[in-house]
Amino acid sequence: MPHILLRHRDIPDIHKLDVYLAHGGFEAFKKAVMQMTPAQVIEEVKAAGLRGRGGAGFPTGLKWSFLTKDSFPRYVVINSDESEPGTFKDREIMTRNPFQFLEGAMITAYASQANTVYNYVRGEYWDVVRGLEKCVAELYERDLLGKNLFGTSYALDIHHHLGAGAYICGEESALLESIEGKLGQPRLKPPFPADKGLYGKPTVVNNTETVTNVPYIIQHGAAEYRKNGTEKSPGTKVFCLSGRVNRPGNYEMPLGAKLRELIYTHGGGVPGDKKIKAVMLAGASSVVLPVDESILDMALDYESVAERKAMLGSASVIVLDETVDLAWVTLKTTRFFKHESCGKCTPCREGTYWMLNILERVNKGEALKADVDLLQNVAGQIQNKCLCPLGEFSITPVLSAMRAFRADFDGHTKDAAPPKAPPKPAPPKPAPKKPEPVAGD
Amino acid sequence: MLAEKYPNEIQDILKRYPAERKRSAVMPLLYLAQSEYGYISPEAVREIGEITGVAPTDVAGVLGFYSLYHDHPAGKRRVQLCTDLPCALRGADEFAAELLKRLGVKWDETTPDGEFTFEHVMCIGACDKAPCFQIQDQTGIHFHESESGEKPMTVEQAVAILEGLKK
Repeated sequence: MPHILLRHRDIPDIHKLDVYLAHGGFEAFKKAVMQMTPAQVIEEVKAAGLRGRGGAGFPTGLKWSFLTKDSFPRYVVINSDESEPGTFKDREIMTRNPFQFLEGAMITAYASQANTVYNYVRGEYWDVVRGLEKCVAELYERDLLGKNLFGTSYALDIHHHLGAGAYICGEESALLESIEGKLGQPRLKPPFPADKGLYGKPTVVNNTETVTNVPYIIQHGAAEYRKNGTEKSPGTKVFCLSGRVNRPGNYEMPLGAKLRELIYTHGGGVPGDKKIKAVMLAGASSVVLPVDESILDMALDYESVAERKAMLGSASVIVLDETVDLAWVTLKTTRFFKHESCGKCTPCREGTYWMLNILERVNKGEALKADVDLLQNVAGQIQNKCLCPLGEFSITPVLSAMRAFRADFDGHTKDAAPPKAPPKPAPPKPAPKKPEPVAGD
Repeated sequence: MLAEKYPNEIQDILKRYPAERKRSAVMPLLYLAQSEYGYISPEAVREIGEITGVAPTDVAGVLGFYSLYHDHPAGKRRVQLCTDLPCALRGADEFAAELLKRLGVKWDETTPDGEFTFEHVMCIGACDKAPCFQIQDQTGIHFHESESGEKPMTVEQAVAILEGLKK
């Protein structure tokens, strides 16, 4: 399958502007600005059925159409804060296929009637941003950014805003707070960014990978885009594969491809040919999904995964083999969420702290079975009570791991049932009695 | 003083945002101060407050909230290692422990020559390249992965990278 997103794997020098241009680069942006109205661009993206690739899977064209009419200026903010453990797709896209990403952001801006794009990039991607700044400078030199683009009245600027090590800034409203120079703490919604976003103005916030799909849709049309993927989950997705596999990495596949293909064909299977105990499909924010043959044949699209009571999310697939202990796994994920909790709302701030406290004691062998029950209780007090998804997702791996692999937790406790005593050796059979002589023999 | 040494950089930063929204410049200015001083002092906080019209306490709030801003000096380079789940599944805990042992330091300690401080950070978005690390110094934040293609980084390679940086 020719790559649509990771095009550098087919065309190695596509990070160079002239190579990108030679392969149809910026024809879509030119077509949009010169031949289409913003509303027509929105309709095409709606028809293509593109869904957000940052994890929520919300229909992109629909999100754009929510921008409050007659309210200006508009802003487009690209969420390049990629911080979910197990996710590294946007890093590769921005490093190796930067102009397609930028073109996608630019078409998004045109459709949104925005003249300014802010690309919010996590601070750890410092050198990626240095590279993108050079790309943006080249676009200004070639009159693809700036004023009077293609001789029209449309003007567009792109700026980069570096994050500084806060996962919560991947939540769109916290991200906007961060650009505004404040703590990255989520806002109460409504109002939503499409109504009151950056600086209180209508704002579209989209993930890096999402916008990287847009040039293809505008250049080739919605119908062509829909040739990949499923009816409800069209297109291709960059799947991030990590953990216990031989070849971790990014792999672009149509949505609906099977988990088996990702892990065994692309990922080269599990080191030592060990069995897979479970997978986490959405990074640390995942349901821990026990794996059997039917799960390996599960289609990786938003609906099929939801049918298994899990979420595809950002498709950050972490593979746990049979030697992995789920009490340890949830210690790792909970430590992450506790560290990253912004502190604004009590259930998350206090709850992640206490879940971590209990899990640390469990893993050190200092807990009782009642503490494992308490962990369940604390998770229940966080559930459905948090201001933003961070708190909600912090309990997802804990509750699902306890449901599917309770023994992993109980096995660490001081009062776990003692291991079954080995069966006592059977008493020696008494020697068969010689038959008593019967009178008459 | 940042305003004297970096007038052009400061103007470039301010120009990225609407004129009435100077507060947006706080984060890039914190990075600028850190590139100059290696950390952000109370004086730098005050100066950034003056440039942006933001109360120093609010600037300090941003400094404290985000983990890549530091309010105290450290070694020349902060060696930042992740041991989150995907990295840990590829041996990052053992890698980190061994690296600390080789350099003779514990977490948050600086090597005696003042070159490296070892800090624990959360996921750095390179889980397929684990074990890996990043270095934060006055030139920015730079990622280091295995130089031997598909093979994961060894502690020896990491030590060699660090030694190479010292020169």
